[in-house]
Amino acid sequence: MSLFLLRRMVAFLATLAGASFVIFVVLDILPGNAALTILGPDAPQSAVAALSHKLGLDQPAPTRYFNWIFGLLSGDLGVSYAYDTPVAQLILGGLSVSLPLAVMAMALTTLIALSLGIFAAARHNTLLDTGVMTLSQLGIAIPNFWLAILLILLFAVHLHWFSAGGFPGWGEGPLLALRALFLPAVALAMVQAAILARVTRSSILEVMREDFVRTARAKGLTWRAALWRHVLRNAMIPVVTIIGLQFGNLIAGTVVIENVFYLPGLGRLIFQAINNRDLIVVRDCVMLLAGFVVAMNFVIDIAYVAIDPRLKAQAP
Amino acid sequence: MTLLEVDDLSVVLSTARGPAKAVRKVSFALARGETLGVVGESGSGKSMTVLAMLGLLPEGARAAGQARFEGRDLLSLDEAELCRVRGDRIGVVFQEPMTALNPLHSVGRQVAETLMLHRGMSAGASRREAIRLLDRVGIPQAARRVDAYPHQFSGGQRQRVTIAIALACGPDLLIADEPTTALDVTIQRQILDLIAGLVEEDKMALILISHDLGVIAENVGRTLVMYGGALVEEGSTSEVFARPSHPYTQGLFRARPRLGAGRGTRLSTIKGAVPELADIPPGCPFAGRCPLSIPACDAALPASVPISASHAARCIRLDVALGSA
Repeated sequence: MSLFLLRRMVAFLATLAGASFVIFVVLDILPGNAALTILGPDAPQSAVAALSHKLGLDQPAPTRYFNWIFGLLSGDLGVSYAYDTPVAQLILGGLSVSLPLAVMAMALTTLIALSLGIFAAARHNTLLDTGVMTLSQLGIAIPNFWLAILLILLFAVHLHWFSAGGFPGWGEGPLLALRALFLPAVALAMVQAAILARVTRSSILEVMREDFVRTARAKGLTWRAALWRHVLRNAMIPVVTIIGLQFGNLIAGTVVIENVFYLPGLGRLIFQAINNRDLIVVRDCVMLLAGFVVAMNFVIDIAYVAIDPRLKAQAP
Repeated sequence: MTLLEVDDLSVVLSTARGPAKAVRKVSFALARGETLGVVGESGSGKSMTVLAMLGLLPEGARAAGQARFEGRDLLSLDEAELCRVRGDRIGVVFQEPMTALNPLHSVGRQVAETLMLHRGMSAGASRREAIRLLDRVGIPQAARRVDAYPHQFSGGQRQRVTIAIALACGPDLLIADEPTTALDVTIQRQILDLIAGLVEEDKMALILISHDLGVIAENVGRTLVMYGGALVEEGSTSEVFARPSHPYTQGLFRARPRLGAGRGTRLSTIKGAVPELADIPPGCPFAGRCPLSIPACDAALPASVPISASHAARCIRLDVALGSA
């Protein structure tokens, strides 16, 4: 493994450790006691103390922190205060909806953005280019929950192509499940695609002006061939960066969209857990999201190395 | 036999200040195997002239006139036809070796690409040929370094790689646009010797663009002097150097530092600065800085006045200029 990846790996683990610490501290200094929340304000003092002891809340903070970390590492995430269900089970349930949704939204984002970005760049300074860029400006301006409502009105209420919300579960067959996720994925993808298309376009135009593109054309490559063979891969470096950031955002960004579409995903789980002061669920979910974002950054770093040979042998 | 005939080639750039004439009615011819130097300061239109011929002008620039290469006017060819000439019959080496290669492709692949494109070679055959070419331009251990990336090469070696690319298909014409300007002085010599050697071995014609009179003097048989987008003087290199005739060329020669000129001797300069392209008057581009200029100089671009059978300059005050030289 190259030095570059090794350094990234260390940074990845350090970031995770730091994130876990911040998450623990922030949730720990919140006022209120989980035992009190579970039992209600009228519960007798002795019952609250007994439950606190049972939940391990009376132990010192460092002990609780390390118990939590070892639990995470061994897969034991504790039991939800509100549902009395293992947190792992709740999270897995949420992930089975949110992860496919995010992947689908990201795939749509990339597909739309790259096609539009390349299309606009190849027709730079024409009416089509201006048209695509105006459209993307509009896309950036539209909040995704509002777009979601419009999509529901058009495709569910009027055209009846998709259902307005809810999730049949994977047991009913993947096609039905994917169909239920399609509109939410579109709603999530549009804004992101608008941003990514602009990044793609400007990155291509920038690389187009590089000397090596002129060399490629002097070799006898047509403008279009030079674009595909020499410009695109170079132009992908900033695009991949944005894709990584957006994917991290998507996982978190599903909170709103899942509520609009009544999807039992991670976003809704977090939303409800906060409402219920189910802090043990909140903590694990937030840690999971943080882990996702950091992991995505790590994946992006690997992608850089795949794209750019200069990073492979980078000296320290 | 004539290989290239450029006729009234003009390039107009669109700038923030309106259209600017970067090249003004440049005409010259080049025989097979002939070596031609184009000298002039930056902004004189040297590079624009060759970029226009190749159809590689920057966005917003327009070319007019003719550039007949092997009988066909390059300016009226469509993109596909022009692409068959570029890289195959005409090879180009650019100024900046550090940025002229794609950082994400191995050098071997970049040399082989030309061969696959014009010769239809397979990946294996073009790779073997790329190794041979890299070896020919003096890359040590070419067989081992063929898969290395540009960042693993020095500036001089990268320029050797771009020469290998330009050479790949055995072109009739090699254009080298300031090939050594970005390199160390010690490397410059090696690269120029390499180009000169290859041109002689392959019987290629050469257009060498440079702002360095020394480079021109040693490497080409015939010299064009450009100023403000116009060709101001042309002739055999020995005649131009022995008897610089246009006031601009004379100024250029006077401005060269010389060994043994004596401590404290001020280097002579051409007064004024190169005018912005958009400001160049319709007449002689040098009139504004010329010590000999008279009102008539601003009227129209002067016609070419022969000095000998193989030497001419565009100046209406040539009699005075030659008298003062």
